[in-house]
Parts: sequence; structure tokens; C-alpha cells
Amino acid sequence: MSMLMTLRIAFKALGRNKMRTMLTMLGMIIGVAAVIAMVALGTGAQAQIEDQVKTAGTNLITVRAGSASAVGGVRGGAGTSTRLLPEDAQALRDVPGVQYVAESISTQTQLIYSNQNWNTRVEGTNVDLPSIRSWPLKYGAFFTDEDVKAAAKVIVLGSNVSNILFGEGNDPTDVQIRVRNHIFRVVGVMATKGAGAGGQQSMDDQVFTPYTTVMKKLTGQQNITQIYVSAASADAIDAATAAVAATLRAQHGITDQSGQSDDFMVQTLDDIVALRTAAANTMSNLLAGVAGVSLVVGGIGIMNIMLVSVTERTREIGLRLAIGARSSDVLMQFLIEAIVISIAGGAVGIGTGYLVSELLNRYQGLAATIPLNAVFIAVLFSAGIGIFFGFYPARKAAGLDPIEALRFE
Amino acid sequence: MAVKDLTKEYKMGDHTVRALRGVSLSIEAGEFVAVTGPSGSGKSTFMHIAGCLDRPSSGVYELDGRDVSKLPKDELARVRNSKIGFVFQGFNLLTRTTAIDNVELPLLYRHANGFRASERHKRALASLDAVGLGQRYHHMPNQLSGGQQQRVAIARALINEPSIILADEPTGNLDTRTSIEVMGIFQRLNREQGITVLLITHELDIAEYGTRLIRFRDGRVVADQAVLHRRNAADELAALPPPEPDQIPPAPEAQPQTAAH
Repeated sequence: MSMLMTLRIAFKALGRNKMRTMLTMLGMIIGVAAVIAMVALGTGAQAQIEDQVKTAGTNLITVRAGSASAVGGVRGGAGTSTRLLPEDAQALRDVPGVQYVAESISTQTQLIYSNQNWNTRVEGTNVDLPSIRSWPLKYGAFFTDEDVKAAAKVIVLGSNVSNILFGEGNDPTDVQIRVRNHIFRVVGVMATKGAGAGGQQSMDDQVFTPYTTVMKKLTGQQNITQIYVSAASADAIDAATAAVAATLRAQHGITDQSGQSDDFMVQTLDDIVALRTAAANTMSNLLAGVAGVSLVVGGIGIMNIMLVSVTERTREIGLRLAIGARSSDVLMQFLIEAIVISIAGGAVGIGTGYLVSELLNRYQGLAATIPLNAVFIAVLFSAGIGIFFGFYPARKAAGLDPIEALRFE
Repeated sequence: MAVKDLTKEYKMGDHTVRALRGVSLSIEAGEFVAVTGPSGSGKSTFMHIAGCLDRPSSGVYELDGRDVSKLPKDELARVRNSKIGFVFQGFNLLTRTTAIDNVELPLLYRHANGFRASERHKRALASLDAVGLGQRYHHMPNQLSGGQQQRVAIARALINEPSIILADEPTGNLDTRTSIEVMGIFQRLNREQGITVLLITHELDIAEYGTRLIRFRDGRVVADQAVLHRRNAADELAALPPPEPDQIPPAPEAQPQTAAH
């Protein structure tokens, strides 16, 4: 008998008991919907992380001061090295594939203007920062190379800081504010950028001055803590990262022979994304696992109903065998019934899962994106469940003896 | 069809039941054969083998000149589909399935040259018309009386134009009048279309509608004779008073309006 005919017979049989078919499908619907929604949440979280990290800048490579190794093998923690110097940053400007380089040294301090004050992070940097972070200004202009050379007391405010000190919509350019016991002149305000790379404070709640100013006027440090390097293109990141590390090793006299370990760390955004994604994945895998269990329970539900159905329809099976159905026809009929239930349940489940993730998006503010491959996997998986859990009942049906089956009461 | 030295043994726990102990007989096309015998006589086993639902332990069964006694299961299914029409005591119609869909069912299992949907539909209609179900093509079995259900079952048995119709106690669940009606259908099909009928019954008066009576006892044929005073269902039916109207359930479409209260 043709496959089409078997399909037709299975559909007719399913249509004969719609309520039971629906209830059986419900198990699959819930299972698939749960898996889809959980996978969507996981994927959404990952996309969110990537977005957040990318706000840090394009093609960004971060160099951090590493651990200081003192005499006797005692090592300090990350960032304890004081050997990352402005000269290192200068050397990096000549590395091929590197477009922008910005020194970074920061301190936390109180800003005072009139009767307003605010405690925030002061980021010492150089003129390349707006380019590295692709970050335009709202008011005024960024400070200049001359400001950096002169360690001028000029300051660029983050939009939050500006709003707090001067009120929203007011341009504070050329106003003077107090930073510790120095008078700084506001030269510009950055555009609003939004949240930083997750967890870290808002990108808009900080102020920028020349790094030389921070070193000489605010902290008195000789070293810097980070260098932001921007690769010329996304393709150049890997090569530039290696070249940056090599240059710094040369700068610090670290050779393979000297046995010293690097006193700096070079990280790309991809590293950071990977790190944070791994954490998010653990959570979403856990959720998807729980949802997967409900899918298996749905499959067992199908097997249960199909077994009941085979018993209940013993006479029907006997009749079908008597009028010329082969065992394989009966096997296929029941198998297809199970597969149809599970695939139809899977399809409705995908729809429901989509709906649930939309609702989560809208009312819970959770990012949820349904990846296309998850949909394919859900369909394949539900068909697999139909075959797996439908096979035993179907074989039971096919193995019935027509005489016994016809006599069954 | 012809059987020769047919035996059938079952294992029931420790001992063996010899249901058939050497049955030989032949039935020509166009005969109306009634098989009777007390329970345990082997008539049911004979019917199962004749219907290719079961295989004999030994012996030969020739159907349309072909030995089918040793065919594999799938081949037997093919034979059942194309050459045998079953009518059962309990009708065995699919529930929640219209009369016409029930009749079409054997067409779906045709092994070779299946029909298009329109052709199936046409054949099912013709088959239902042949048994006189009237216009109740789309009634569900539970909307039909016992006699009507058995008519549907007979139409289903006819649809693949079988060589033989096997009727296993077809009147067992029916009242006297309906039994006569159903036997009338068999007689008419046998007479007008030359369809071979093998009727299994334990009621002698039902057996007398056939042309030939075979009696089984203890797994053997103990009598095989022509029916002397054959009953004619059509004549008997004409002599009976007309059926009471409430015996026919109303069609679902024709339910009375309940608006005026």
C-alpha cells in the first residue's frame, strides 16, 4: 500500500477521536514550547551580552597591566604591575594593523559644581577615545593633543554626570567644575551610550580627562593601568593582538630565555564575549534540559495513549487484517499516527513557544530570540519521539493475530 | 475452492487440540453453502482457514486453482483482500466512520492497481446500492440499525469483487425479520451475481437458505447434502407484516424542528 494511503488512513483514525488526539498532542505541545522558549531565552541572553560588550568599541583590543613579579618569585595579583607605561602605548602606535591607541588610567573622585556634587570615575585617556569607542559628543569637543601634552585641566563629561551636575538639556561647555582641589574646565559632553558591558556601571556615568592630567594632577602615578588598542579592521584583530603582545614583550625585555612571564594581559572583545556567554549558556542549557525532560514526558504520554489505543482498537485491527491489511500496513498506520501527533504537537509547540518568548520579551523585558536551527531541531526531535515512542505500540498492533483480534471484546 | 485432508492442531498448554482431523470438500463457484455444527465441531477453524486468516497444519487448500495453504502472511493478506469478503456476527464496522467510508476500506488496502478517490467513492456507492441501504451513505454505524449495519458490512465484503463471501453467523445479532432480510440479500447476490457464499451458522433454519449443507462434528465433515426444502427469503418477507415505523431510526438531517413550544 502506498505511503499516501497509509497517511490518509492514519489521519482518518486520528480524526475519529479528536479529543484524545488533542490531549496527546498537548504533552508534545508543552514540551516543545518549553524547549523553544528556553532556547530562545538563552539565545536572547547571548545576543544581549554581545550587544553590551560591543558598546565598548569596535575591533577593540584591551591591554591590562598584569601581575607584578617581585624578587623571590612572589607574585602580585592582576593589575599590580606598575610596568605598563605611556612609552608602551607609544610603541604600540607603530604596530602594523593598529589604528588607534589610548592610554587608560582611572581614579574615583568627587566632582563639584555650584551646589551639586557627584562621585564618579575619572578616566584618563587620550584624543583617540571617541574613535575607539565610536562615541560621538553631544556638546562641545573632545580635548586635544595639546591638552594631553600639557596635562591641561580639561574635562569631558559623561551624559549622566552632565545631567546630574547641570540638569538635562543644559550645555555645560566652558563651565568650570572642581575635581578634588583643582579647577577643571568642561570642554564637552559625550552622547548617551547606555549600559556598559554588563555588570559594570553605565558608560555614561564617568568623565574623561587627558591621562597625563590624571597622572600628574590627581593620582601622581607614573604607570598606566590599561591601553585600549583599536585594530584597523575585524580581520586584523588576531594579527594585531599577537603583534601587540610581541611589542610589549620587547618593550619589557621579556624573552623566552629570560623565563619571565608576561606582566600584561591582552584581551579581545571576543574573549570577553566568550567568557560571559559561557556563563549564560550554562544557565540556558540547564533550562533547556528541564524543558527537554518535559518533552520526553510528552513522548511517554504518546506511547501510553497509543498503547491504550491499540488495546481499544483491537477489533478494528483485526478487521483491517481480515480485509487485507498486511502487518506492515498496520505497523505503519500506528507509527504514522504517533508521528503525526508528535509533529503536529511539535508544530503547535513551536508556535506556542514563539508566543511565550514574545510575551517574555514584552512583559518581562527578557531578550528572547528563536534561532531557526532550534525550530528544525524541535521538528526533527518531535518526529524522533513519535517514532521512538510510537514503535512499540505499533509493533504490538501489527503483531496481533487477526482471529484473536476479531474475537476481542 | 477445494480442500483436501485439511488438519489443524493447536497447542493448549500441555495437550494438543485437534480442531480439524482431515477435511476434504470442494465448493464450486456460484454455490451457497451453509456450514453448521455444534461449538467445538471445527466449523470456525474451517472458516478461518477458508478465509485465509489461518493456515492449516497439513493438507491442501486451493482457492481459484491456487494452493494458498502455505503462503506467507503478507501473501495471505493479499488473497484476503482480493478474493474473500468477510461478514461477521458483530458487523465489525469502524466506529465514527460513515457507511461509505467503511465500505471503501478494503479498496485502501488493495495491493495492486489502487483506485483514485473518485473511483473508490463510485464503487462504494454502487456496493451500498446493491445491498439496499437507501440514502444513508453518510450515517455513522451508531445511527444505523443492526440490519442496516450488516448491510454496510456486506457492501464492504462485496467491494473488491471477491471469489467468495464468508459469512460467520451473520444473523447472530439480528431479530427474525432482519435476519430474513439479510439472508435475502445473500440469496439475491448469489442468484443474480453468481457470488459464492459460505455461510457459517449453528441455526439450522438459517442454514436452510443455502443450497448445500455441510455439517461438522469433532473436526470432521459428517454430512454434506443438498438442502431439500430451501427457504426463500424474498417470499417469506413478502408474507410478513410490514415493519413498524419506529424500527427505522430517523436520519440525523431529518430531525424534527423544536421551535414551536
